[in-house]
Amino acid sequence: MRSASVDQSQTDQQPPARASAAPDVAPPLLSGAEITIQALIDEGVEFVFGYPGGAVLHIYDALFKRGDAIKHILVRHEQGATHAADGYARATGKVGVCLVTSGPGATNAVTGIATAHLDSIPMVVITGQVPTPVIGSDAFQEVDTVGITRPCVKHNFLVKRVEDLALTIKKAFYIASSGRPGPVVVDIPKDVTDPNIKIPYEYPAAVHMRSYSPALRGHHGQIKKAVEKMLAAKRPVIYTGGGVVLGDASAQLSALVRALGYPITSTLMGLGAYPMTDKLFLGMLGMHGTYEANMAMHETDCLIAIGARFDDRVTGKIEHFCPHAEIIHVDVDPSSISKTVKVHVPIVGPVQSVLTDMLAVLAELGRTPDQDALAAWWQQIDAWKGIDCLRYDRTSQVIKPQFAVETLYKVTNGELFLTSDVGQHQMFAAQFYPFDKPRRWINSGGLGTMGFGLPAAMGVQLAYPDAPVACISGEASILMCIQEMATCKQYGLPIKVILLNNGYMGMVRQWQEFFYESRYAHSYVDALPDFVQLAESFGHVGMRVEQPDELESAMREAFAMRDRFVFLDVIVDPTENVYPMIAAGKGHHEMELPPTMSERELA
Amino acid sequence: MRHILSMLVENESGALSRIAGLFSARGYNIESLTVAPTDEPTLSRMTLVTWGNDDIVEQIKKQLNKLIDVVKLQDLSEGEHIEREMMLIKLRAARPDRDELMRLVDIFRAKIIDVTDLSFVVELTGASKKLDAFIKAVPEALITEVVRSGATGISRGEKGLTV
Ligand SMILES: Cc1ncc(C[n+]2csc(CCOP(=O)(O)OP(=O)(O)O)c2C)c(N)n1
Ligand SMILES: [Mg+2]
Repeated sequence: MRSASVDQSQTDQQPPARASAAPDVAPPLLSGAEITIQALIDEGVEFVFGYPGGAVLHIYDALFKRGDAIKHILVRHEQGATHAADGYARATGKVGVCLVTSGPGATNAVTGIATAHLDSIPMVVITGQVPTPVIGSDAFQEVDTVGITRPCVKHNFLVKRVEDLALTIKKAFYIASSGRPGPVVVDIPKDVTDPNIKIPYEYPAAVHMRSYSPALRGHHGQIKKAVEKMLAAKRPVIYTGGGVVLGDASAQLSALVRALGYPITSTLMGLGAYPMTDKLFLGMLGMHGTYEANMAMHETDCLIAIGARFDDRVTGKIEHFCPHAEIIHVDVDPSSISKTVKVHVPIVGPVQSVLTDMLAVLAELGRTPDQDALAAWWQQIDAWKGIDCLRYDRTSQVIKPQFAVETLYKVTNGELFLTSDVGQHQMFAAQFYPFDKPRRWINSGGLGTMGFGLPAAMGVQLAYPDAPVACISGEASILMCIQEMATCKQYGLPIKVILLNNGYMGMVRQWQEFFYESRYAHSYVDALPDFVQLAESFGHVGMRVEQPDELESAMREAFAMRDRFVFLDVIVDPTENVYPMIAAGKGHHEMELPPTMSERELA
Repeated sequence: MRHILSMLVENESGALSRIAGLFSARGYNIESLTVAPTDEPTLSRMTLVTWGNDDIVEQIKKQLNKLIDVVKLQDLSEGEHIEREMMLIKLRAARPDRDELMRLVDIFRAKIIDVTDLSFVVELTGASKKLDAFIKAVPEALITEVVRSGATGISRGEKGLTV
């Protein structure tokens, strides 16, 4: 059993609509390779992130001839291609596109496909495949790409006939970008792209699939019920996730939060959808969330979950999760609802449209929440805030990672596209860099992929050539896709890498300190390169900072180099830990706070 | 609780592996799975028997519906329905046991469809439970081979599962 082939005559009841032009103009004759490229152009694709190889050579040849209409970015590893396309998609909301060869090209792309899948990022990945007659014969560079990627894509296709190519690509973009977005793989055997076989090409303007119809509106009755419950709440909390960012619903969310005056918290993936500097924002929740956000979750009587999926890093132990709350849940994906936590008012629909409808119902009812109850609730929350759970030693003689992120915020005035790798630095960035806009904070939340940050920043920088783009990373993570510094050089991408160099896989070290009696099994990163020289050898600027009082000027200097890629190696305290922390199996009310805080202060 | 899920699925080679993969990846139970073409050449009908508590079965249905290849899904267990499974069972039927076996075949309204001096092949159709009961009724030592089709089913009444 190999794959899904698409046969238009079989799967669709309706013929595809014509893209344009008068019906009597004969469509152009194109080869499969040309169709692949032309379909991307007709889809409005700006960038293809890719790496050539045998199975995609026909496609690359077609690309060569259309370099005017579509830009190919040559990465240095297919993982880089997927993360770059992913970063582009996260920053713009458009579909990211990759092109890789069969076999090792496809397997190298799998990490990036899975990364996009877990964070619901719209992506189309075109993989070359060995020619159809030899599929299944263990041919050179043959892997069952459709089989390997099946569990980590929204959908995938093997195109067996050139006649199916255009429609399949159309479907891939439609599936990737609609409903709950996700990556779609299109596996194209080499003979399907044969330059000698030309067929009439028409790119369908629209596509209809009888087996796929994502929700377009939320149920009105449910929305009304939800608003009633929201208004009746005494201790409400709004909990939002990546779905608000993906669904471009920031404006509607802000309007709702402000209309109600309710406290709001966000997951790692949702940061920036609501301005983090606003006083109604309680900070991130979950494992490394703030004390006030997690305590509010524990005490709330009405949880309004919007575009969030109750991930285990957010809920902590399910038995302790929101023990007093009635839960309203808005999500475009019905399978997200009541998956781990049972909810009382489910609403299936795109976040933007549901929030718009909620605002309308709210206006129609003309009622406001119970102001006395709300005031008392805020008083309680402010008391929790008073604990100052993110405090750290500001007098330290070594650079604290928190201080580094705060300095980054100051130097960039909060106006940054910041990508991240995975580890302590990621959590410090989420805690100490308050984003006021969506699509500015770009990180691998679901899969937690080390190596994501640098290539993702390439996608962002290409999308916004004039915007400041930085990648915050750790000395372990950065090495996982370090080769992309060459790509940055080739395309002149002026990214700033802010390396919080603690000499350890800090996040691993932290867990070993807490849960393995400080047995640091292989979390010390020995034999590190000299990052300054490394950056220079790629043709970039390298800088190192070791003193807290030199950090701000170094960062200013780095960001002043507007046309250069700068690698800033910041030597930070190797012993610092991320607080607060909810250990696995604990509830929101069982947080570990920074060790400088006594039990007395907490009481 | 045991549920019989009936699905119309795009008749594509990848569809079956997507569904089977979903069950193994998410750790869902699967008792039987049957699939065959329908009167409409682009669609296959799949019948899947699973079990779990209500929450799990609800998730299973949502996850199946989410698969692009699944066109329609119906939980037959939610309404009046008919369930049928077919079994071919080969029995050791030497002289002393033959009468007893033929009596059982009679009681269960099964059919003997192959006979040798030493064996019967019996065909039996019915709800899966009835097949279980037959297997239980036959002395264990006399069973050579059991082949079951897996359950299929259809709802009662005029409404059908169609696109
Ligand atoms: C590809 C991959 N391998 C392993 C891990 C497990 N892991 C999570 S954080 C981490 C350490 C990261 O170290 P570093 O990049 O130096 O960041 P720090 O925590 O020190 O800030 C590791 C190994 C992972 N997330 N991704
Ligand atoms: Mg480190």
